[in-house]
Amino acid sequence: MSITLDKIKLSHGEFTLTADFKIKEGQKVALLGPSGGGKSTLLSTIAGFKIPDIGRVLYNEIDITNMPPAKRPIALLFQEHNLFPHLSVEKNVALGINPTLRLSALDIKVVKDALYRVGLDGQGQKMPFELSGGQQQRVALARCLLRKQPILCLDEPFAALGPALKREMLDLVKEIVDSTKATLLMVTHQPEDASYITDQTVLIADGQAHSPIETTKLLANPPIALAQYLGT
Amino acid sequence: MAHSTQPIRPIHFILGGSAFALLLLLTLGTVIALWWHAETSVALTPSDWSIIQFTIVQALASASISIIIAIPTARALSRRNFRGRQIILTIMGAPFILPSIVAILGILAVWGRSGYISDLIANFGVGPINIYGFGGVVLAHVFFNIPLATRIFLQGWSAIPIEHFRLSAQLGINTAGITRHLERPMLHAAVPGAFLLIFLLCVSSFTVALALGGGPKATTIELAIYQALRFDFNLAKASQLAMIQFALCVVLGGLTILLSKPIHFSQGLDRKVERWDAHEIQYRIFDVFILTIVCLFLFLPLYSVLIRGIIPLFTLPATVWVAALNSITVALLSAIISVAMALTMSALIIRLAHKYQTASQAMEIVSFLTLAASPFVIGTGLFVITFPFISPFTIALPVTALVNAAMSLPFSLRMILPAMIRAESHNGRLADSLGMQTWTRFYIAIWPRLRQPVGFSAGLAAALSMGDLGVITLFAPPDVATLPLIMYRMMSSYQLEAAAGVALLLVSLSLSLFWIFDKGGRLEHNLR
Repeated sequence: MSITLDKIKLSHGEFTLTADFKIKEGQKVALLGPSGGGKSTLLSTIAGFKIPDIGRVLYNEIDITNMPPAKRPIALLFQEHNLFPHLSVEKNVALGINPTLRLSALDIKVVKDALYRVGLDGQGQKMPFELSGGQQQRVALARCLLRKQPILCLDEPFAALGPALKREMLDLVKEIVDSTKATLLMVTHQPEDASYITDQTVLIADGQAHSPIETTKLLANPPIALAQYLGT
Repeated sequence: MAHSTQPIRPIHFILGGSAFALLLLLTLGTVIALWWHAETSVALTPSDWSIIQFTIVQALASASISIIIAIPTARALSRRNFRGRQIILTIMGAPFILPSIVAILGILAVWGRSGYISDLIANFGVGPINIYGFGGVVLAHVFFNIPLATRIFLQGWSAIPIEHFRLSAQLGINTAGITRHLERPMLHAAVPGAFLLIFLLCVSSFTVALALGGGPKATTIELAIYQALRFDFNLAKASQLAMIQFALCVVLGGLTILLSKPIHFSQGLDRKVERWDAHEIQYRIFDVFILTIVCLFLFLPLYSVLIRGIIPLFTLPATVWVAALNSITVALLSAIISVAMALTMSALIIRLAHKYQTASQAMEIVSFLTLAASPFVIGTGLFVITFPFISPFTIALPVTALVNAAMSLPFSLRMILPAMIRAESHNGRLADSLGMQTWTRFYIAIWPRLRQPVGFSAGLAAALSMGDLGVITLFAPPDVATLPLIMYRMMSSYQLEAAAGVALLLVSLSLSLFWIFDKGGRLEHNLR
């Protein structure tokens, strides 16, 4: 599913952000830039949590600017708090099938399979607090897997993990996105994450979200705003 | 607990130790003195049992009703964004420092025999409401505790991570699902503590019972202690009742401390509302309904008492101004004692934590247990101790200041101890590495981070003391008064106009004192 940001402007006090570009179906895009620059704000706008002051958001050329978040074909992963602490791992994943948690035997089988795919076989009965930070994010990814949404948005979900673990999680994301042919949007402030799994990068700095550029090209020959951020 | 690298100096033991000893004398010492006196007394009479029963039943009713109303109120405030929301939140904080006698006068103006409600229902041929007794006591307690409970639950709602609401919106979880998955678990954790805290406050409530209760059917233990001392001069009976009250409060207070989370007074409540559920019309109507009812219930009494007070304010007798001076003196003294005790005890607790962790923790817990101490038990104990030596009348004001300081100590300590721990962990090591010592170290490294909580605590202690109508009733001779006491005397002789004038003066002075201290703490603060 393609995403178009049509002459969008967001402002909040001193902060402003403009964006005007299109992301094609099935692309893997990094949103890169300094903190406070508006990466997460842009993601929130695409997911429907923030309404732009000016401009439109389109999915497959259909205007969805005012569509509530629940109706949008998006699965979103935050840096933390992706799980409900009072629900077991299995139930947290099952929310991706049915938010009322009325589950058939088949549903439970599907949940178990999803947990197997993210490497948490047999851990369904555990509570979130019994898992490590990395494992918790795997559970959340398992839920994204079940929701089969054409767009997957990641808001720095692995920022708190060590380098090796982060690689592992990025591999998992790549596998999921490739198998579901989803469009991926990933907020990060690490250029190496961007180059590891994305094709294109949207640079967000100085109140502007620039049009996506091929990640390898962008990093090889960074414009001034990016060079300042990278310190090169 | 931060592990201070600072050595324990004699001064810490002397100052912190004496503060702690004073606290022990006031809480435990008075109880032991009472115990000694109570031994001569006889078994509990049936009327004693009915007093105990009334105390517990009215507290149960008050706590339950407050909580049942506060839950939908907090939910409405947490999920609606509207003009005036901030004002409601601010005013919700007021009853905590509002003198209870003022609120009672307001409640009488609305619910009393010739109040608005009675006038209203008289049109339908229904007789005037009788506010005195069980109903009135519960009504007043509900009035005081709805804001407290609402604030506790609002904190609970603010503590739910914003991601969870977003996640729910993403997954298409509806309002009922949010209730089940987010709100109910939060309330499950918050309700027991809030219930116990309110139950405890209602068990040890004196002013409300004094003004609206009384008689064989509506007397609380605190009121009975007062009556035994003041009217019957029956020390044995008073001591016996005080012991029962102490036991009840220690059990409840201990449970409350175990079950409740610390209450933050200022932060966290004004997070921007971000909700994607509950847009359906029935939820909107319900929220508007509950907020309107609660606001009328809370604000109408305050509004009426303050408006009525404007004109009488200019014709107050000279005795009122003398009482005002007494009140200010007591309030200032009380604030200074409370903050000084909290500071010296915090310093000792932090330093002890390094080597003698158990001692430090025990000291901390005992200090918070003052929350369970009843000012009347302390007052009665001091009465019993000092009675053989001096006339209680001569020490009315200092004793009031001291007891009020002890009562606000748990709050001061809850503000100052964490701030001092933070100051030690942020600035303490740097100060040590620079070779700063003793007063220089305190003044340069620690104090700047304490100013704000100290200002707030002092303001709170002053305002609480200013509005308190407790031990002063026990000790004061007829010609000495504080503002709450003079107000109560006016109300007893039906001088309601003059009482409203005093109420306005009292509220203005309390709020000014609070504001001055709080502002003083915030001056030139440029800390993160």
